[in-house]
Amino acid sequence: MIFVTVGAQMPFDRLVRAMDDWAASHRQRPVFAQIGPTEYRPRSLEWSSFLDPPEFRRRVAEAELLVAHAGMGSIITALELGKPILVMPRRGDLRETRNDHQVATAKRFLEQGRVSVAFDERELPERLDSMTSHDASDRIAATADPRLIGALRQFIFDSEKAISS
Amino acid sequence: MRTDRQRVKPTRILAVASGGGHWVQLLRLRPAFADAAVTYVTVNEAYRSDVATDLAERGARFAVIDDATRWDKLGLAKMAARLLWIVLRTRPHVVVSTGAAPGYFAIRFARLFGARTIWLDSVANVERLSMTGELVGRHADLWLTQWPHLAKPDGPRCEGAVL
Repeated sequence: MIFVTVGAQMPFDRLVRAMDDWAASHRQRPVFAQIGPTEYRPRSLEWSSFLDPPEFRRRVAEAELLVAHAGMGSIITALELGKPILVMPRRGDLRETRNDHQVATAKRFLEQGRVSVAFDERELPERLDSMTSHDASDRIAATADPRLIGALRQFIFDSEKAISS
Repeated sequence: MRTDRQRVKPTRILAVASGGGHWVQLLRLRPAFADAAVTYVTVNEAYRSDVATDLAERGARFAVIDDATRWDKLGLAKMAARLLWIVLRTRPHVVVSTGAAPGYFAIRFARLFGARTIWLDSVANVERLSMTGELVGRHADLWLTQWPHLAKPDGPRCEGAVL
């Protein structure tokens, strides 16, 4: 199963439509999509508007690969579960989000080799066809960089003496 | 609330994040909160299950507020009021937020009552800090970006990332 997700906040019909079209010509590849608050009704794939966090995580865990907007919730969950992820960034000029920060995120994570990227819907089928579940990588640790955890702990606890109560 | 064996009251942390990636990033910071009494504040009741173990075994608490964007003035006013109430009820020693708007209010209010505050700008902000981060950074005692190239001598600092 390919799991498509656009996050809970905004619709991203450009991605959902592209995946719907792809699914129509790839009947042997089942696709499930979480499509957010939208009027668009996919014809060739199973879908749901929203998923609770446990259900979302289960869908990611069971998926062979993820196709998602370039949101950190989707990217981090895929990396935590060691799933290959193809992202298509939302664009500010199309009012899919408030600016082009997802384009920058996608570029940076692509450079780091953490994600595959389709920068628009025309690139999507080609990228998708070249991805396999062998692109899966090792799961990343469930927690932040130890250096960051250490810096936070030092800030939180080293001044305890200064705390009055 | 406190058990008798805890002679020293634990540090009280208010950990605040809105939905999606903000919340997922906050969850990855949890080892930094070990031994503290944490109150999680977020925008979706369904996220409670993500911290179920902390709630059941570590005495953490969980509060839900309504989300609002910067275009929704009434929603922001309600959010501010809710966070003021939560700050007054929990009297945190430390506030930590990964964004967005709820973290802004939590940091501004808690600081009035002497809390020390941490703003960790989302890893999604690759080219520039978030607008909220720019606004609240000067009010945070520890102001962090997750990208070394966005760190500046007068803040924010970079001490690593959530991944």
